[in-house]
Amino acid sequence: MSPDRVAVVGVGQTKYSAIRGDVSMPGLLREAAYRALADAHMTMNDIDAVVVGKAPDFFEGMMMPEPYLAEALGAVGKPLLRVHTAGSVGGSTAIVAASHVESGVHERVLTIGWEQQSVSEAMWALSFPIPFQQQLVAGAGGYFAPFIREYMRRSDAPEDIGILVALKDRLNALKNPYAHLHEPDITYDSVKDSMMLWEPIRYSETCPSSDGAIAMVLANSEAAEASSASSGVPPAWIHGTSMRSEPATASGRDQVSPQAGKDCAADVFSQAGITKPLEQIDVVEMYVPFSWYEPMWLENIGFAEEGSGWKLTENGTTEMTGALPVNCSGGVLSTNPIGASGMIRFGEAALQVRGQAGDHQVDGVKTALGQAYGGAAQFFAMWVLRTEKP
Amino acid sequence: MTEVAIVSFAQTDHQRARPEVNEVEMVQPVIHQALEDVGATISDIDFTCSGSSDYLAGQAFSFVMTLDAVGAWPPIAESHVEMDGAWALYEAWLKIQAGHADTALVYGYSKASPGDLPRVLSRGLDPYYQGPLWPDSVAVAGLQARQMLDSAMITEAEMTEIAFRNRESAENNPHAQLRGSAPVEELLAQDYLCNPLRKHDCAPITDGGCAIVLAAGDKARDWVDRPAWLRGIDHRIDSHNFGGRDLTVAPSIAIAAESAGVSPGLDVAEVHAPFSHQEKIVTTGLGLSDSVEVNPSGGALAANPMMAAGLVRLGEVAKRIMSEEIDRGVAHATGGQLLQQNLVAVLEGE
Amino acid sequence: MSEDRPISAFPDGLWTQPQPSVPSGDDTVSGDDTVSEVQRIRTPASFVYDYTPGRAPSRFLRGLAEKKILGEKCPVSGDVYVPSRGMSPVEGLPTTEAVEVGPKATITSFCVVHIGFGENAPPTPFVSALILPDGAAVSLYGTILGIPHGDVRIGLRVEPVWLPHDQLTTSFENITHWEPIDEPDVAAERLKGHM
Repeated sequence: MSPDRVAVVGVGQTKYSAIRGDVSMPGLLREAAYRALADAHMTMNDIDAVVVGKAPDFFEGMMMPEPYLAEALGAVGKPLLRVHTAGSVGGSTAIVAASHVESGVHERVLTIGWEQQSVSEAMWALSFPIPFQQQLVAGAGGYFAPFIREYMRRSDAPEDIGILVALKDRLNALKNPYAHLHEPDITYDSVKDSMMLWEPIRYSETCPSSDGAIAMVLANSEAAEASSASSGVPPAWIHGTSMRSEPATASGRDQVSPQAGKDCAADVFSQAGITKPLEQIDVVEMYVPFSWYEPMWLENIGFAEEGSGWKLTENGTTEMTGALPVNCSGGVLSTNPIGASGMIRFGEAALQVRGQAGDHQVDGVKTALGQAYGGAAQFFAMWVLRTEKP
Repeated sequence: MTEVAIVSFAQTDHQRARPEVNEVEMVQPVIHQALEDVGATISDIDFTCSGSSDYLAGQAFSFVMTLDAVGAWPPIAESHVEMDGAWALYEAWLKIQAGHADTALVYGYSKASPGDLPRVLSRGLDPYYQGPLWPDSVAVAGLQARQMLDSAMITEAEMTEIAFRNRESAENNPHAQLRGSAPVEELLAQDYLCNPLRKHDCAPITDGGCAIVLAAGDKARDWVDRPAWLRGIDHRIDSHNFGGRDLTVAPSIAIAAESAGVSPGLDVAEVHAPFSHQEKIVTTGLGLSDSVEVNPSGGALAANPMMAAGLVRLGEVAKRIMSEEIDRGVAHATGGQLLQQNLVAVLEGE
Repeated sequence: MSEDRPISAFPDGLWTQPQPSVPSGDDTVSGDDTVSEVQRIRTPASFVYDYTPGRAPSRFLRGLAEKKILGEKCPVSGDVYVPSRGMSPVEGLPTTEAVEVGPKATITSFCVVHIGFGENAPPTPFVSALILPDGAAVSLYGTILGIPHGDVRIGLRVEPVWLPHDQLTTSFENITHWEPIDEPDVAAERLKGHM
């Protein structure tokens, strides 16, 4: 039995900001869900199942909030599933939603990723002290900065690559009305002169803490074509999905370029028939919470040889006008509601394929990659979308 | 539909508290045993999925550490639900149906002992209208029992008989936490814990976990003589609005049961009812006849490892099919409070 | 309820929640003053969890009380994990043997922290490093003092500085920080896979 084909036929996002004080948690999710349903020319009544994902419950101070959200999401009487795979959760949730349809069990699925980091203290929610565990007095950036330093050592990259990434992403964000950070005055020098937080990571090379939600409608062939006929927007067909995990610590594990990321990319590319990713992929949305992760993931995914990913950043390949635009939306560096961040990557890939990305649309996108990662750079999720039906 | 079966099931000895071990140390033996029982290692597994809760662990990203028990090296295809492991099994079942896997490892676990479980569970309620009042999970269940009693749908004696039967059945379950019971009359004479609930009406607080291996078609037949085939599985959710719905029924159970193919001819039902009166709501919702044996394991009233007790129900039915004790059974898992969310699966031998 | 307990371990003003404000744009509930008045309710919630560390971490913590860093040996590869949760993450098998590692160790990577978190953070800037104790397969995090932060490098040899003997408990905080020792650096290439 060949699995059902699946497409993204609706994407909806909230305005992202440090605090969405005007909406409750259900209100935030509905804002995204309604926009996705409107995009798909559907209503909640058309939806067979709802798949939601977010990062730790301590962010909102609610234990397993999805039963509380059942009515707001139109899920009463339907299946409702909650995914949690750390920072990669948005990507994983989209993939779980896709398997709801691929399996042939459901035809139209609503999936939502969200976080309201303003509700509690985000840093506290991520790492409050456990008596017998080591306290990371350096914070979240302090966890990842040593791996960035090691990448810089191995690759011998120029010291300003991170600045270039941050500047590019924040400038891209100006073209995305939903992005949290809009910094029209940002310059190379302002990034360079911003405060060092976790050297080599500067303040302006760090993701913000955001509130927000993103929703997508996924549909099988028949429903996708009907939706597309009605909306006039082409479906973004899924050509591959993959998730890979590895332990937080393991002898031989390389956190600079984790094996799970390499395996995940190899798997998703093999499903999508991609052998030369740099040539065959038109646009990428990847999870870059600290600027240096752009060159690191470019290598990990296979767009560049080990040690040379930074050259694609330096020579402008990853700019919107380059051959492989990366994070045209502004990326995680401009918007980071953690539980949504992975799904925003997946959803922005869909917007590019559907031609709906507005001012940050890249011309003629036929194939897009969405990537998310989480935990101690140990959980990976990716999907490949195309205009062409598989 | 691809034929999918449970081919292996292992569970911890469920206990009130396991202070000597952390969660990884607690769950690793059952993961290992579930694989070993079919002669498999993690390299034979195409997809792994688990269920657990950060609020129970009192720690963000708690499932990350438990991955150490799996041996995820080289990296594995893996996912996690912040739900009972029964929903992790549903995700794995979809993965197999989608053609992405032929085999899957599923596990669920928690240590509820470090925290104050009834109060912790109150953080899952509506944060505007209910959470600030701090109703604990026993009090919330008491509202439901009261509605049933006042509607003459159950009596306190019936509730007590349900508790008595479950705990007496648990005499035959070496993994159960509470095995055996005082006589019904003696139980009924006890004070209320939270009127109208007495202590015996409530599930115990448990540390524990379980693991299940799923396999498709011939792979399942390769691994075991008699796989427990999942003939149907579905889950549904009801409203969270206690004041806005009839608490004496859970409509989602009947919807899931119909979709999963619950029909006459069942030998056993394992239902996930953390409070005695809830068993009646579940068996009514499933439309079970009197001939169906309910909870031969003792059910959640005999051991209630949060995030695993639902998955245990699937395992208990599967175990009896694999051992040729029964031919066909139904398993039920619940999530949220007041039976808000329900999963139903029909299992059968060849 | 337990309103007397603090809801955060962090000092006031540091990464605390921002004040509620209605963002401008098409998402606002506009023109209704009664809506904008109630934007947030505060529900302080605190729980006490009685944690137990488990078997292997207990061995590790008891070792710390005797100024020993105890790792746990993978039963298959012999790799030593520290701090261990009692499992070889590669094999998914319990470790059974505690092995002393260090105290001498090597910095596998680091960052210079200008914004510290928690009450135990030293004055900034300070160096937070991944430290590989001799004999261990993986690094643990620690603070580096006793050297200008500009001089810290990957491969630098260090050793732990312990609390005075009469203050030792079964706690990670027994090691206050790490300081350099007079030994040649380890080549960075040899540290790959052990960060």
